[in-house]
Amino acid sequence: MKAVYGLYTDGASAQQAVNRLRAAGVVDADITIISGQPMEDQEFGHRDKATWMWWLACLGGLIGMSVGFGLAWITEMSWPMNVGGLPTFAWWPNLIIIFELTMLGSILATVATLVVSALLPGKGGALYDPAVTVEGKILVGVENPSDDAVPELERSLGAPAGALVKMQ
Amino acid sequence: MTHPTGQQITRDLVRPLLLTTWRFYVMIALFGAFVVAGLVAWLSQVYFGFGLSGINWPVFWGFYITNFVFWIGISHAGTLISAILRLVNAGWRRPVTRCAEAITTFALLIGAMFPLIHIGRPWLAFWLIPYPSERLIWPNFRSPLVWDFFAINTYLTGSLLFLLLPMIPDFAVVRDSTTGIRQKIYRVLALGWRGTPKQWHRLESAMQIMAIAIIPVAVSVHTIVSFDFSMAPVPMWQTTIFGPYFVAGAIFSGIAGLIIAMAVLRRLLHLEDYLRPLHFENLGKLMLVMALLWGYFVFNERLVTYYGNGPHEMAVFWRTQRLSFAPLYWTMVVCNFVLPLILLGIRRFRTITGCVIASFGVVIGMWLERYLIIVPSLGAKYLPYSHGTYTPELVEVTITVATFAAMCLLYMLFAKVVPIISIWELKAGEHPSPALIPPATEKHQLGDLHL
Repeated sequence: MKAVYGLYTDGASAQQAVNRLRAAGVVDADITIISGQPMEDQEFGHRDKATWMWWLACLGGLIGMSVGFGLAWITEMSWPMNVGGLPTFAWWPNLIIIFELTMLGSILATVATLVVSALLPGKGGALYDPAVTVEGKILVGVENPSDDAVPELERSLGAPAGALVKMQ
Repeated sequence: MTHPTGQQITRDLVRPLLLTTWRFYVMIALFGAFVVAGLVAWLSQVYFGFGLSGINWPVFWGFYITNFVFWIGISHAGTLISAILRLVNAGWRRPVTRCAEAITTFALLIGAMFPLIHIGRPWLAFWLIPYPSERLIWPNFRSPLVWDFFAINTYLTGSLLFLLLPMIPDFAVVRDSTTGIRQKIYRVLALGWRGTPKQWHRLESAMQIMAIAIIPVAVSVHTIVSFDFSMAPVPMWQTTIFGPYFVAGAIFSGIAGLIIAMAVLRRLLHLEDYLRPLHFENLGKLMLVMALLWGYFVFNERLVTYYGNGPHEMAVFWRTQRLSFAPLYWTMVVCNFVLPLILLGIRRFRTITGCVIASFGVVIGMWLERYLIIVPSLGAKYLPYSHGTYTPELVEVTITVATFAAMCLLYMLFAKVVPIISIWELKAGEHPSPALIPPATEKHQLGDLHL
């Protein structure tokens, strides 16, 4: 993989680099940004915010609830036991099982969504520099640029003060 | 005292993973020896039979179930407190959350071990798992013990994931700060983490959802543990207050455990710049509130029993107030109520030392509380022939001490392989979302406050 990127010491410089890349005609999807912490105070830190995670957590909860209900219903109806005059399928005690499995379903769905949407290696995504975590730098770069575009990209990335432009 | 930033945070918090002093090995050997002693005691109980313990008719629940309830209570320190602080976006939580979440996981593991120790024949523990046994019936879903199985496993799974997810970015930090085999291990643990805005958003969303889900689960776990008691026809157990009483007690002891752990880490790992007096003071205030709440619940429980004046309830009541269990009962009241009220209520005493002393008192007091709920009631049940006493034997005492050592051992090993304070969360505090900064704070930052 070929890439050109800049390392910045603060969020404002990184934001400036992102703006210059945009001005140079690079679309957001082609700009890679990597930081050692969430950068909520910068505009670029709000990219890719939209997620289905909340809905999938609800779906996981619904599946968990169904499993809990099914488990309690099937077992109690298949092997009826008379316990203190309670009905064979007693709602009050079974609500506890259903509740726990609802929550478990929701938690597992959330984690699965995180792994699939953010941790599994996707298309591209190989650009990285350990200076991000070790030195606290912010990386802004473009992966696989065309040879013609490289000089322009280097100019844009090097414009903010204190920028360190590198090729990979 | 300086406010560390950026590289210094990384350096300070990765250092304990890379440098190991002789003190570490000495402590590991010490705690390890206690754990081995506990293991030997347990194996001898398995081999020679339950007769080695002091558990006998009619007191079938002794130290083991006391420890079970106690450790499940301690587990409320972490995930619940961390989840609440995350949801209310308390900025001071950042250095505290991982210390707390680790306590939850280890306390749950230790707590969940006690039913296995208590059943005497641990190889039959799988009977609790919901599948048909050899009698061709499923476990009884109307039994609180089966509810325990579901609740504790849900909480353990949730707490483990709640602890693991925010560790991923920190594993990436360690990956990039090390070389050789250590780097290879942390590369696997970091799961390919890079730190793109998408990854940060997904992680934060996941943490938020899990925080919301884990709070009711945490409350349910200790409520269900209280059902183990309140569903049984035993004097002073069948009371509606047990659910919230147990939850409040659990959070109370959990905060105490957290304060002790933080103080030890602060001293041993030189984290004075991160675990500041402010954190202890805030947790101390929280513990003070819980002490008052605990006092309120105890007063309620006692007053209602006293007014009810049932002969069997009053027999247990007087056993704890005036008779054989009175010394333990009043020690519990001093440790859980008087001591925190003095040390945490008076501002001058609310120092790190004051908070730690109060916390030790609360841990002792809460263990006694669990013991006093179980033993006096079981020794004076409704039928006249079901009266008796309980004296713990060496095997139970050894196992009990070993679990405290196991907690210390697990915690030390954890702090050796994972940054005990979340590096990225600490750094994130430097870049809060503008939406989260109230206008009044901005004015304060500018320094010209007009009233």
